[in-house]
Amino acid sequence: MSGTNIGTAFLATLKRDLLISLKRRNDILNPFMFFIIVVSLFPIGVSPESAMLRQIAAGVIWIAVLLASMLSMDSLYRSDYEDGTLEQLLLSSVPLYLLVFAKNIAHWLVSGLPVILVSPLLAYMLALPSEGYMTLVASLLLGTPVVGMLGSIAVALTVGLGSRGLILAVITVPMSVPVLIFGTLAVQNALAGGSPLGYLALLGAMLALTISLAPLATAAALRISMN
Amino acid sequence: MLEVRALNCERNDRLLFRDLSFTLEAGQALQVKGGNGSGKTTLLRIICGLNDSYSGELFWHGAPLGERRDAFYAGLLYIGHRVAVNRVLTPLENLRWSSRLRNPADDGPINEALVHIGLAGHEDSPCHSLSAGQYQRVSLARLFLRGAGLWVLDEPFTTLDTHGVTLLENLVTRHTESGGAVLITTHHKLSLPGLRALTLGVAR
Repeated sequence: MSGTNIGTAFLATLKRDLLISLKRRNDILNPFMFFIIVVSLFPIGVSPESAMLRQIAAGVIWIAVLLASMLSMDSLYRSDYEDGTLEQLLLSSVPLYLLVFAKNIAHWLVSGLPVILVSPLLAYMLALPSEGYMTLVASLLLGTPVVGMLGSIAVALTVGLGSRGLILAVITVPMSVPVLIFGTLAVQNALAGGSPLGYLALLGAMLALTISLAPLATAAALRISMN
Repeated sequence: MLEVRALNCERNDRLLFRDLSFTLEAGQALQVKGGNGSGKTTLLRIICGLNDSYSGELFWHGAPLGERRDAFYAGLLYIGHRVAVNRVLTPLENLRWSSRLRNPADDGPINEALVHIGLAGHEDSPCHSLSAGQYQRVSLARLFLRGAGLWVLDEPFTTLDTHGVTLLENLVTRHTESGGAVLITTHHKLSLPGLRALTLGVAR
C-alpha cells in the first residue's frame, strides 16, 4: 500500500468522525456543558471570595476537564462497534494504529479543543490572576490529548462489554493523575512568579510518549475486543 | 486462492467444527450452510482474521495466510452481519469513507454504485431514515466499488426483496465469471451456476 493511500485513508477516517460528531451534536455539547456547569458551581458552593477561588482555580478547571473528558469518552468507538465499522478498520491494509490515531485527533478536536477555548473565560470567573492564563491554556493543550488517548485505550478494552459503568473511570483516572498534577503545578508555579516551563516540558514529554505508544495499545486492545 | 486445512473450532466448550478442510479457487462461489449456531459466521470471521480461537491452517495463494496478511486484506471485501454503515451519515458519506479506506474512488463511481444498487434519490438521506433493506443495500454498494478478488458475505440476503436477491445473485455470478471468488452464508436457495456448498454441523 502506497503512502498516498495511507494518507487518504487517514484523512477520510478523520473527516468521517468529524462529520458524525457534527451530526450528533449532543455527544459534543453534553460534556462541554457539563464542564461549564461543574466549574460554575464552585464559586456558589465553596466561596465567592476571590482570594479563596484564585487558589483553587487551576485545580478546579483541570478536574472538571478530566470529568468532562470521561463523559465524552463513553460514546467513543461504541457506535463503530455496534454497526461493524471497527471490523472494517481491522480488515484494512492501512495500519490500524494510524486509523486509531485519526479517530483520536477527531475526538480531541470536538471534545478537547472547545473546552480549552472556553477555559480562560472560566478562569476569569474563578478570579485566576492574568499571569496564569497562558500557562493554563498551554497545560490544557498539552494535557488533554494525553487524557483522551489514554481513555481511548480503556474504551477499546471495554467496548465489547455490555454495560461498563465505572470500569472506564477506574482504568483512566489513575493513568491521568500525573497529567492533573503537572497541569495544576504549572499554573500555580506561574502564579507564584516562577517559570512553568519545567512542568510544561514534562507534560510535553508525556504527550510525545502517548502519541507514539497509545495508538498502538488502542489498536491491540481493539483486536482483543473484537475477537 | 484460499485453502483451509484441518480447521477445528470450539466455542463455549462446544465443538463447532472439526477437521474442516476446503479450497476456494478463483472463479468459484461457495455457500456455507448450516443451522443457527452451527458456526457459519465464526468460520467467516476466522478466515478474515477477526477470530483466532481455532486450530488449523489457512493458506492464501499457497502461502500461510498469517504471513500474507496485507496482501490478503488488500484482496478481501468482507461484509459482515454488522454491515459497517453509520446511521447518521448518508449513503454517499458512508461509501466515500469505505472506498477511501481502500482504493480511493471519486464521487462519480460511488454515485453510479448507488444507482446500480437501487438507492438513486437516497444519496443524501441519513441512513437511519432508510428501510432495513435499503440500509443493507448501502453496504452492498461496496461490491461495485472495489477490485477485491475475494468476497466474504455473511447473510447478505436477510432483508432484501426479491428484486434485490436477483440483483445480488447476478453480481456474484458476474464476479465469479470475471475470476473472483465468493464465500457466502445464507439460508436462501441460491440459483447460481457452479455454486458449491459446505454444510456445517451435520456430524452432530
